[in-house]
Amino acid sequence: MSSCKQVGKDKIIFATKEDHEVPSSVQLPDAEPSPGLILSTGEINWNCPCLGGMATGPCGVQFRDAFSCFHYSEAEPKGSDCYDAFKTMQECMSKYPALYNKDNNDDDDDKDDPLEALANSSDSLNETEQKPIEHREAIASKGS
Amino acid sequence: MYGTIRCATHVSNFLRSYKSISPIKLAVTASGTRLYANKGNAGKQSGTKKSSDNIARDTTIRPSTPPHVIAGTCKPIMSPPECGKPNVMKEVPQPECPWDGEPKQRKYGKHLAIGILLTALSLFAFYKYGMDTTKKEVEKKQEKRRKEKIPVKFPATSKEIPSKIRYLLIGGGTASFSAFRSIKSLDPKAKVLVISNESFYPYMRPPLSKEMWFNEGPHSKPLVFRQWNGTERSLFYEPEDFYVDCKRLRDEPNGGVSVARGWTVKKIDVFGRKAYLEDDHVIEYEKCLIATGSSPKNLPVFKEASQDIQERVSLFRDIFDYEELEEILQGGVKKIAIIGGGFLGSELACALARRGQNQGYKITQIFRESGNMGRVLPEYLSFWTTHKVQKEGVEVIPNSEVEDVSLDTNAVVLHLNSGEKVSAEHVIVAVGVEPNTQLAEPSELETDDEFGGYLVNAELMARSNLWIAGDCTCFYDTKLGRRRVEHHDHAVVSGRLAGENMTGAGKPYVHQSMFWSDLGPEVGYEAIGIVDSSLPTVGVFAKATDKDTPKSVVSETDEGNRAASEAKAKPVTPATSSPSPPQDGEDYGKGVIFYLRDDIVVGIVLWNVFNRMSVARQVLRDERKYDDLNEVAKLFNIHEEQP
Repeated sequence: MSSCKQVGKDKIIFATKEDHEVPSSVQLPDAEPSPGLILSTGEINWNCPCLGGMATGPCGVQFRDAFSCFHYSEAEPKGSDCYDAFKTMQECMSKYPALYNKDNNDDDDDKDDPLEALANSSDSLNETEQKPIEHREAIASKGS
Repeated sequence: MYGTIRCATHVSNFLRSYKSISPIKLAVTASGTRLYANKGNAGKQSGTKKSSDNIARDTTIRPSTPPHVIAGTCKPIMSPPECGKPNVMKEVPQPECPWDGEPKQRKYGKHLAIGILLTALSLFAFYKYGMDTTKKEVEKKQEKRRKEKIPVKFPATSKEIPSKIRYLLIGGGTASFSAFRSIKSLDPKAKVLVISNESFYPYMRPPLSKEMWFNEGPHSKPLVFRQWNGTERSLFYEPEDFYVDCKRLRDEPNGGVSVARGWTVKKIDVFGRKAYLEDDHVIEYEKCLIATGSSPKNLPVFKEASQDIQERVSLFRDIFDYEELEEILQGGVKKIAIIGGGFLGSELACALARRGQNQGYKITQIFRESGNMGRVLPEYLSFWTTHKVQKEGVEVIPNSEVEDVSLDTNAVVLHLNSGEKVSAEHVIVAVGVEPNTQLAEPSELETDDEFGGYLVNAELMARSNLWIAGDCTCFYDTKLGRRRVEHHDHAVVSGRLAGENMTGAGKPYVHQSMFWSDLGPEVGYEAIGIVDSSLPTVGVFAKATDKDTPKSVVSETDEGNRAASEAKAKPVTPATSSPSPPQDGEDYGKGVIFYLRDDIVVGIVLWNVFNRMSVARQVLRDERKYDDLNEVAKLFNIHEEQP
């Protein structure tokens, strides 16, 4: 059974699992919107933390051009009309090996491609913020 | 949530497309990147192992994770090495990308085994290393006084600092970083000049009192910390190559961010839109942000002490302080006293006590309040926390103030108001911070009498074309009223908002920042809103059953966070960890605490309950009187079992 006590101004409730299994009578307002990379309008959210420093770094403009071209591309396959934008982005990135170059000693394919890492881990782009706590949250939520 | 999945898919498709028609392959194999590359490899390999449920996990987190840039914002698009870069002061090898590594699963069995093995190895290595260095340090110590904290200037002369800039950010911490990321996102070709009085590029401070001390083994790579999942990352938000040299900024067609380090702005002519550096160099700006942060306070008893005593007393705030403390600990001390029972004091006490068990020093924590975090947590929980801190090996002396201080050969003797005397070879004062508002008077800016900090409106604006963010800001929260907040996440949130507003967004402060703290394996919490122990509270805790003790879950969770390399990483079994709870099943293992002002919930602590921040935000936004907060607590699902 749940129990309750008062210590000065502080109230303490020990709630049993059974008690908390009864649905809450409280209705909360809708959650705060949490915009991802693509807004509901279909536009790109360049301030999405999931992009890390990509849109803000030294090749940010080139990245944005390439990504926009792809995003709005109606070609088949999508993005096949973006050759020039991709090339420009790649040329920029080649000037910043410390930023954009990845491991060259990689066992995987495409070892020379600086963006390969993204293709492999793009699902992690969702992570809006990644402080230690989130990772603990991640652990905790894993089981649920 | 839908958006997040789509986001991932979208970028994946973009890359696939890019790859398929990519005209050339980059073949940069500069030898200099080799060292980093190996690190990157580790990160990347784990990245490829990601399972599809990782996507599920990401989306699960999403609602609770406000869309801000943070510390951790991993930059998965860039190659792993880009995430960290040595600062110029040290030739540090570049660490790899942070969190995007392995699926964050609780594979304790496997991780533990590896962790224990690693711990054993690293302890041995550390022991050997420690022995070697201790001797040298001792020899050096005799003649060496503490280094003075004088920042090195980059560039060395102000002539190389632009004298005209669109965006000027004063201060080089988290709020400033968050602001320039926002500015560059919204104004892609923006030219941003950051003036920082530290010698470093912008970096994150929270690990300085947490993860940095959990790193095992010799610090071959300083300023890198190991995350709970074992991967390493840099303290620096962006590596050096991200930034544009001050001299070149003017001519960059696509703009960029430059950081003048070691420089101080002494005055702003707000109407004339000019900032004056310490040497009278003038910088004309169009939009300016002040994000000068805060500085640790000292106590008069130490400020007035002799030079010999002051040599053994330090404050703790930045990389310099961290490195200095590390050096002191390596120098073979036996006892450290920490003054202060708040976040910094308590976190440092726990972190150092843990390390001290291996390195042979003891930690005493002295503070005024009756329990740890006494100004944040309700008293009963504060007492309980102190018990846990003691279990971490910290000698806790509450209800005490240092009245006098003297020197006894090599130790500082602290005379407490209780009459007790405590001696320690080194003293760390962690009694809070004060906002850096030195610019207020010369620039004729208003500060807040009650909270301190520059006074700004809900859009973080102080005057035309001048915004203020982070610790030094007294802002108007449209929900909770006037506030000043000294937390990392607030720097992120307010910096981001200021950046948006500097590019014309005109948005008010609506998105609440949060904060978190960890004290040993059994106490970890997150909080949001006004969390002040002087307010009435209602705490709802999960009543434990025989088979489900929250504590066992909690310790597992926290141990995971603390990396498997901890010697004690093994989940504590319920039987051995029970600290004689008040009654059967009545323990403060897991719960949610509501802070009330006029019966309205204004703050929430999630006590060993994770991934519920979005629910807490909804409750705060509701601004409503609840008849029964236990009903609200149900929404937090505090009994959830975590295998």
